[in-house]
Amino acid sequence: MRDVAVVGFAQRQMKEFDGSPTCVELLVPVFRECYEQTGFTRKDIGFWCSGSSDYLAGRSFSFVSAVDAIGALPPVNESHVEMDAAWALYEAWLKIQTGEVDTALVYGFGKASAGVLRRTLALQLDPYTMTPLWPDTVSLAGLQARLGMDEGRWDEAAMASVVARSMADAEDNPDAVRKGARSVEELLSAPMYADPLRKHDCAPVTDGAAAIVLAAGDRAREACERPAWITGLAHHVDPLHLGSRPLTTSPSASRAASAAGVDGVEVTELHAPFSHQELVLRDALRLGPDVRVNPSGGALAANPMFTAGLSRIGEAARRIWQGDADRTLGHATSGPLLQQNLVCTMGATT
Amino acid sequence: MARTLSQPVTVAFDYTRSTGPVVGRFLGGLRDRAVVGARTSTGEVVVPPPEFDPVTHEPTTDFVEVAPSGTVVSWTWTPEPVKGQPFDRPFAWALVQLDGADSPLLHALDVASPHAIETGMRVRVRWAEETVGAITDIACFEPDDDGPPTDAVRGAAPEGEAVTGVVTPVSLDYTYAASPEESSFYSGLAEGRIVGQRCPACGKVYVPPRGACPVDGVPTDEEVELPDRGTVTTFCIVNVPFLGQRIQPPYVSAYVLLDGADIAIQHLIQEVPADEVRMGMRVEAVWRPREEWGTTIENIAHFRPTGEPDADYETYRKHL
Repeated sequence: MRDVAVVGFAQRQMKEFDGSPTCVELLVPVFRECYEQTGFTRKDIGFWCSGSSDYLAGRSFSFVSAVDAIGALPPVNESHVEMDAAWALYEAWLKIQTGEVDTALVYGFGKASAGVLRRTLALQLDPYTMTPLWPDTVSLAGLQARLGMDEGRWDEAAMASVVARSMADAEDNPDAVRKGARSVEELLSAPMYADPLRKHDCAPVTDGAAAIVLAAGDRAREACERPAWITGLAHHVDPLHLGSRPLTTSPSASRAASAAGVDGVEVTELHAPFSHQELVLRDALRLGPDVRVNPSGGALAANPMFTAGLSRIGEAARRIWQGDADRTLGHATSGPLLQQNLVCTMGATT
Repeated sequence: MARTLSQPVTVAFDYTRSTGPVVGRFLGGLRDRAVVGARTSTGEVVVPPPEFDPVTHEPTTDFVEVAPSGTVVSWTWTPEPVKGQPFDRPFAWALVQLDGADSPLLHALDVASPHAIETGMRVRVRWAEETVGAITDIACFEPDDDGPPTDAVRGAAPEGEAVTGVVTPVSLDYTYAASPEESSFYSGLAEGRIVGQRCPACGKVYVPPRGACPVDGVPTDEEVELPDRGTVTTFCIVNVPFLGQRIQPPYVSAYVLLDGADIAIQHLIQEVPADEVRMGMRVEAVWRPREEWGTTIENIAHFRPTGEPDADYETYRKHL
């Protein structure tokens, strides 16, 4: 296996992006920031891979328009996934493993505010028995949250403490769109929304774009003083039907964590769009009590569709660049109720 | 104030899907007002039936009918329904384990408030007035206060005629924004101006402006006003009628390279017989009356020949 590291990361997150659904205007400065961090130019990038969805944009082939942000003449080596860009990172990592390229720039973008996000996402459900009912994401999460409460896996206070910690941490994150320390008691006094969820249990609808630069071996060392070497990378998927998989545990996240190897991880960034989902993931990844979870504030602070998972990997990599940790983990989810999970572990050494 | 122009857009399309034998059996059952599940290799009864066994991956063949009543396994309240959901007023969703099934089914539950539900409550299917072979044949679940649990599977599923296909209409509403660059282009048109942008790196002029130079990947921020005349670089004669066509065929759709631009715009060439349009022909915009102008390219009705001599091939060779 080739040693591959995360050497660049930039993101833009906002409540409502006043711009086009292709997000070219966001991607250009995001790419520029990546070039500045790494010293690379676009000609140094061997492979480009993005994650986005036309359903979100309401515009066909939006990812093709987004290629304008690269400057694709002469033509570039490019690919796309209709998933969180963390899966584009997986494809890029594989591409580097093949030896065909040494560097890759992975990006994601989405303007969720253009439509009704919780409704649009009904299109990722079973098209025969679910989508025709238009079950929205918040309602599905409410069903999952109550199952866990009834099973005694968590309670309202445990969910509120996830929110309290996330909102307090988000205060230090300039990219957070929701922040502000509040006590568990204050949170529990807020009105119920989608019973048993309060609004603060649900990630905010967020627009944004993010990019990560990957590089192999010496290319990584030349681009970054303390590269975040990828030590494990795996993704797994659970069945789509809600009745055919456990909803209060996450077998796919557990398998991804086992495959990636989570021993010794000090800091982890979990992509949990609902408060109780962090509790599911902490269990599934078997994280010890001393592991720092979501110092960025996590998805409850900002959850841009198709980039929030990629950003978790970027945030976890940043802890290594800064010398705050020697071993970190970034997690991404896609699909309804944590159906698909990706785990990327990184270290200061290979 | 928003820096972009935007307007509501609805994207609507029907998905026509074949069902296959398993989903077809389930939907055929609903049409006949029966809920059909399948027994998997581990002996569990799953509703809706999975197409393949989750353990052996063999095709599902052992269909059983379960009761139209069951128990709420989980529920949530939907205070702000979205378009297309079973109710357009606040309602509940429930995961319901039907009597005889080992896995829950998702559907709406008709109760007046979240205080009228609890986990473990008994509910039954309320069938739609007309059943057609779709999940919406179950209108919703409703409370079933006196229904005692019945553990047994009702037996082998009835051999009704399977459904072979479903049509699922999808309609999505967006607030569609033009990019800031496109917005200035359309705002310019509303004033009778054609606005492009020049790339600071390669100097090429793009119209409509596009936010970033596709060659250099840098923002194109220098605005350039272009004349409303140019050269036909290529064209086609449209002879085929199609849905939504506004002009009687045959007519000419052409690429017009405005003088000073490096990318052509597509428009109509009129006031000349279709068979006289040619590459290199010099054309000018014919604007609609000013009182009809909006933020749209349709302010230009079409282009027409200027009568100038044809442009030299070399002047547009690189723009083909």
